Amino acid sequence: MTGLAVLALADARFPGGGHVHSGGVEEAAARGLLTDVPSLREFLHGRLRGAGAVQAVFAAAAAHAAHRAVPRGHWAVLDAELDARTPSPAQRAASRAQGRGTVRSGTVAWPSAALDDLIAATPRPHHPIVLGVLAATAGAAPREAALTAGYLAISGPSSAGVRLLGLDPMAVNAVVADFAADIAGIADTAASTAGADPADLPAPGSPALDLLAESHDRHHQEEVRLFAS
Amino acid sequence: MPPDHGHGHTHEVDFDPASAGPDPHAAVSRLGRPFRLGIGGPVGSGKTALTAALCRALGAEVRLAVVTNDIYTTEDADFLRSAGVLDPDRVEAVQTGACPHTAIRDDITANLDAVERLEHRHPGLELVIVESGGDNLTAVFSRGLADDQIFVVDVAGGDKVPRKGGPGVTTADLLVINKVDLAERVGADMAVMLADAHRMRGELPVIAQSLTETPNAPDVSAWVRARLGGPGQDPR
Repeated sequence: MTGLAVLALADARFPGGGHVHSGGVEEAAARGLLTDVPSLREFLHGRLRGAGAVQAVFAAAAAHAAHRAVPRGHWAVLDAELDARTPSPAQRAASRAQGRGTVRSGTVAWPSAALDDLIAATPRPHHPIVLGVLAATAGAAPREAALTAGYLAISGPSSAGVRLLGLDPMAVNAVVADFAADIAGIADTAASTAGADPADLPAPGSPALDLLAESHDRHHQEEVRLFAS
Repeated sequence: MPPDHGHGHTHEVDFDPASAGPDPHAAVSRLGRPFRLGIGGPVGSGKTALTAALCRALGAEVRLAVVTNDIYTTEDADFLRSAGVLDPDRVEAVQTGACPHTAIRDDITANLDAVERLEHRHPGLELVIVESGGDNLTAVFSRGLADDQIFVVDVAGGDKVPRKGGPGVTTADLLVINKVDLAERVGADMAVMLADAHRMRGELPVIAQSLTETPNAPDVSAWVRARLGGPGQDPR
């Protein structure tokens, strides 16, 4: 049932609280940086290459670790390394909020000793790490966990674009479909580093997304925002 | 016969559970956590006003807190805080990601987190009211989030609303028809509206009210008290 778990985790129906996050789309739209399907495509491309790649790397590493039944301390290290690769406090908070939501659903659907160890190390783990653990519990390989993380890095934000800007959902869906090769490439890279020492995992950055996340957080105090991030 | 219990007189034995007032600890003891009451309904129907009324009516006797599903730090949470009906620390605002129905029905994670934050911050809470963002007639609370739910419609929305049905109208534990004082001005026939509501809901209760005339929503407050403390009530 490997396939089903990965599909369910990547499904917008998965009750992990992902629907309240736009991944920077709301802030970019509010600033007029994102207005139509082509600009959404550019945004998603950048998001996938930066934040998406990091998330895929850590999902794969977590799946690899879950398969190896690592000692409990490993989970704290993995979580701290992803913290170090997420410079924006707002993005860290968003990742941990989604991680906690995914734990909530995941403990019901795919309970495991690895998940227990992860929660013992940190009650609010980063989202990609939870994803990796759940995917591995269902038998998925690290590359499949990375594919899920890569897809989620753009699917939620693309949906936010449809909701906020009234974009043509079919056009946006086609944009997401067109990223298939990019996501596959990112998953390949993530799978190749899955067994590395956590400190040596890749760390591509997305400074613009970091800034947008911080700005979004600030604007909450001043004006209307529909999404948590 | 009233029993003698050893100090020279007897007390009446009263088998009417309502006459003693609500048991302030019942909600916690029966569920092992605070009772969760969802309040949903279309935009502008008066959900926030009803929530504020319940806070006014019940705040002194029940330890309660409120989760609003709204845009962060704006309308609904601010209204409740500024209305002075509740300690601002007892209000949590949830962002719904542009989809109120998703946050209360399909993926309740964000709301459960908010409820648990309140429970953690205020040990001994008895009631958490979860107010939905304004949505449409199809929006209902997941039973994973709300033990009971109230669906609010208003007279100004038209007297045809109840007959249009939808799970909010037909399945909510209580249907509240709000703003009855406006009926004449908007040309709504209250008799038709109430008859339709009862026809759509069968045995489930309907309360018509005007918060202008009765700001503390006495009928709805009494219903909530019964749900909180009434023996024989079986919260899911």
